[in-house]
Amino acid sequence: MTLPARIVDFGEALRAEGVAVGTSELLDAFAALGEVPWRERGPFREALAATLAKSPDDRRVFDLVFDRFFFRAVEEQAVRREVRESEGADGDGITGGEQIDLDNLREQAIQAIRDGDESAMRDLARLAIAAFGRRGEGSGVLGVDVQRIRRALDLRTDGPRQDGSEPLTREQIRRFEQQLRRELERGQIERTGKLPPARPLNELDRALPSGPLQDLAAVHRVVMQLKRRLATQGHETRGRRAKAHVDVRRTMRASLQTGGVPVELRYKPRRPRRPELYVLCDVSTSVTSASVFFLSVLHALHDSFRKMRSFVFVERISEVTDVFTRERNFKAVSEAIGRDAGVADVSGYTDYGRVWREFLQMVSDDLHPRATVIVLGDARTNGRDPRADVFAQVAARAGRTFWLNPEPQLYWNYGDSVVRAYAPFCELHECWTTKQLEDFVKALARPAHA
Amino acid sequence: MNAPASVRDVDAGLRAAGYLPGESTALVSFLASRLGKPVLVEGPAGVGKTELAKALARYLDRTLVRLQCYEGLDEAKALYEWNYRKQLLRIQAEAAGTGWDAVQDDIFGEEFLLPRPLMNAIASPEPVVLLIDEIDKTDQEFEAMLLELLSDFQISIPELGRIEARTHPVVLLTSNNSRELTEALKRRCLYLWLDYPSAEHELEIVRLHTPELPEAVAAKLVEVIALVRELDLKKPPSIAESIDWARALLLLGADEIDEDVFRSTMSIIVKHRTDLDVVSERVGVRLGLAARSS
Repeated sequence: MTLPARIVDFGEALRAEGVAVGTSELLDAFAALGEVPWRERGPFREALAATLAKSPDDRRVFDLVFDRFFFRAVEEQAVRREVRESEGADGDGITGGEQIDLDNLREQAIQAIRDGDESAMRDLARLAIAAFGRRGEGSGVLGVDVQRIRRALDLRTDGPRQDGSEPLTREQIRRFEQQLRRELERGQIERTGKLPPARPLNELDRALPSGPLQDLAAVHRVVMQLKRRLATQGHETRGRRAKAHVDVRRTMRASLQTGGVPVELRYKPRRPRRPELYVLCDVSTSVTSASVFFLSVLHALHDSFRKMRSFVFVERISEVTDVFTRERNFKAVSEAIGRDAGVADVSGYTDYGRVWREFLQMVSDDLHPRATVIVLGDARTNGRDPRADVFAQVAARAGRTFWLNPEPQLYWNYGDSVVRAYAPFCELHECWTTKQLEDFVKALARPAHA
Repeated sequence: MNAPASVRDVDAGLRAAGYLPGESTALVSFLASRLGKPVLVEGPAGVGKTELAKALARYLDRTLVRLQCYEGLDEAKALYEWNYRKQLLRIQAEAAGTGWDAVQDDIFGEEFLLPRPLMNAIASPEPVVLLIDEIDKTDQEFEAMLLELLSDFQISIPELGRIEARTHPVVLLTSNNSRELTEALKRRCLYLWLDYPSAEHELEIVRLHTPELPEAVAAKLVEVIALVRELDLKKPPSIAESIDWARALLLLGADEIDEDVFRSTMSIIVKHRTDLDVVSERVGVRLGLAARSS
C-alpha cells in the first residue's frame, strides 16, 4: 500500500472515531508532509496532527488512533512478509538470558517510567513479558496479563516506596501499561500470524484526563454561552423598534448614499434584557453521582446571572440562593448545600408532587413569561404521585421550562422514573457531561415550541 | 528577509528571537510560512501564544500587525471604514455643476478609505506577520467575515471591488477556548495546541528570561510552580507568571525559596483570593516541612 493510500485510510480511521476530517484537511496533510522530513516519526506525527486534529479533544483521539493505526499497519506488513523478530532478539542482550533479576527489573522499570523514557520502557516491557512468559503465568487475555505483570513488578500509585522516593502517578503507570499491552499484542500477532479485528476506542480512553477543577472550568465556559443564548432569546418576536434610539453616527454614514440627506434612519441596537432564572436541583441519593456536576452547574450559573434563584430539593424544597451569593468557593458551597439539603430531606425519598406545590407557593407571584425555569433531576418519584398538573401550572407561568435529566435516555420511564408525565410541559434533555450541557445550550438557540 | 528552509532553522531562529519553541511549535510555524496557511493557536492563558507571534515577527524580520478582538468588534474597526468626514468635505468643496458621476467616482476612492489592521496587513508592500488575538472573544459573524481573508487573502469592498494581498502574510489566530470556534474557520487553519511546558523546558525558558537568577533557585521555582499547577485552582500559574516570579525573586535578591519568601511573593503567581488560601495552605506548609526536615 502506498503512503497516500495509507494516509487516506488513516483519515477514515479518524472519521470512524468521530473526528471531522474533510478532504481539504487531507489535502493540507499531504501539503504539510511535502514540507517536512516525514521519514522521521516526530515531524510526521506533528504535521498530521496540525492539519487533521483541530481541538484538544480531537488531538487526544488523534494520538490514540495514530498509535493504533500505524502499529497495526506495521504488524500487518510483518505478518505478510513473515518477519519475525524473536529469532534475532532472543540470543542477544535484549532478553538478557534466563536469570533476569526481578528486583533489578523493577528498579529499572520504575526509573524508566519516572523519566518518561519511551524506548527504555518498551525494552523493559519486553523483558518483563519474557520473564513472565517463562514462569508460565500467561493467561492469553491481554488485559489480564498486563495487570498481572504490573502487580508482579509492584508498580503502584499509592503509598510511599521503600526508598522514600515519590510514588508514581497514575498517568505514568498507564503509559507503561500501554507499552506492555502493545508488546503483548505484538507477540500474539506473531504467534497467530494474523491481526485481531480493530476495535473502536472506548469512552474512557477517549475522554481527556480531567480533574474536578477542569470540569468546573468547562462547566463555567458552557454556562457563559448559556447566558448569551438566554439573553438574546425571545427578542425576535417582540417589537424591535418600539423604543429604539437613533444612532447618529451610522445615520450620517448611511446618508452619504443619498447625498448627505438622512433618508434612512439607523438605530442603536437594543440592549438585551437580563434573563431571570429559576433553577431547581435534585440532591437526593438517586442522583448522588450527578449532583456534584449539577452543583457545579448551579455554581457557574450564579457566577453569570444576577437575577437568579436556586433551590435544592429532596422531599421538600429549600431555597439556596443566599448560599451561592455569600460563598464564592465551590467547596464551601457544596458543604453549605449539604447542610441545607438536610432541611429538605426528611425521609430521603424525592417527592416531586410536594416539591412542585411548594415551589409554586414560593414563587407564583414572581414567575412571569420572561422567566426561565430549569429543573435538574431524574424524575424518580419513588412511586409517589408526580402531580404533573402542578408542574404544568409552573410551566404555564414561566416563559420556558427545561428539564435536564442526569440519567442516560435508556433508563427513562423504567422503574419509578416518570419523565413521560412531565415531558409535554418542558423541553427534556439528557445531561450528565459538559458535552451534553453544551448540546443543551445549542438547543436553546432554537426557538421555543410555544 | 528570512525564508526558513527547514524546521531546524525555525527552531534556531525562534530561539535567537528569545522564544523557546517546543517540537510541534517549531514544526507548525515552519509549515505556516511554507504553506501560507493561517495557524490557530489554542491553549491556557499565558503559555506564550501571543509571544509566539511576536517572536515569529522578529525572526522573519517582518512587521507585526495586531488585531485585538473583543465582543462587538466589527468590520469598521477590523477591516476598513470610509472616512465620511472627508467625503462630506469633498462633496461640499465640489463646484456646483459637477456631474453626479464625477463626484461618486471621487469619493469612493482609496483616498477616502481608512484602513484598519486587517486591511493594513493585506495591503502592505512588505510581507507582515498578522496576529488576530483572542478570536474567541468575537461573535460568530465576525469569524465568518474573516473566512474570505484567511482562505484567499483578499477583501471585498462593495464600492471598490476586490483588494488582493500584495504579499503573503503569516497569520496567527489565538484563542483561549472560551467558546468553540466554527468548523469553517478551523478548516482553513493549521492547529497548534500550546500547553504548560515540561519541567526542563520551563526551566530553560525561565533561565533564558532571567539569566542572572541562580540555577538552583530557578530549578526550585519551576518545581514549586509544577506543584501549584497540580492543585485545584481557578487560574493555575502560566509561563508568564513563572517569568514574573523569577524577575521578582531576582529583584529581591532571594537565593533560596523557603516558606517566607514563598508566602510574601506568591501573589505574583496566584491571582484569586480563594486560590491564595489553597496555595498557602498546601504549598507553603510543604515548603516549611521541607526546610525543617533538612
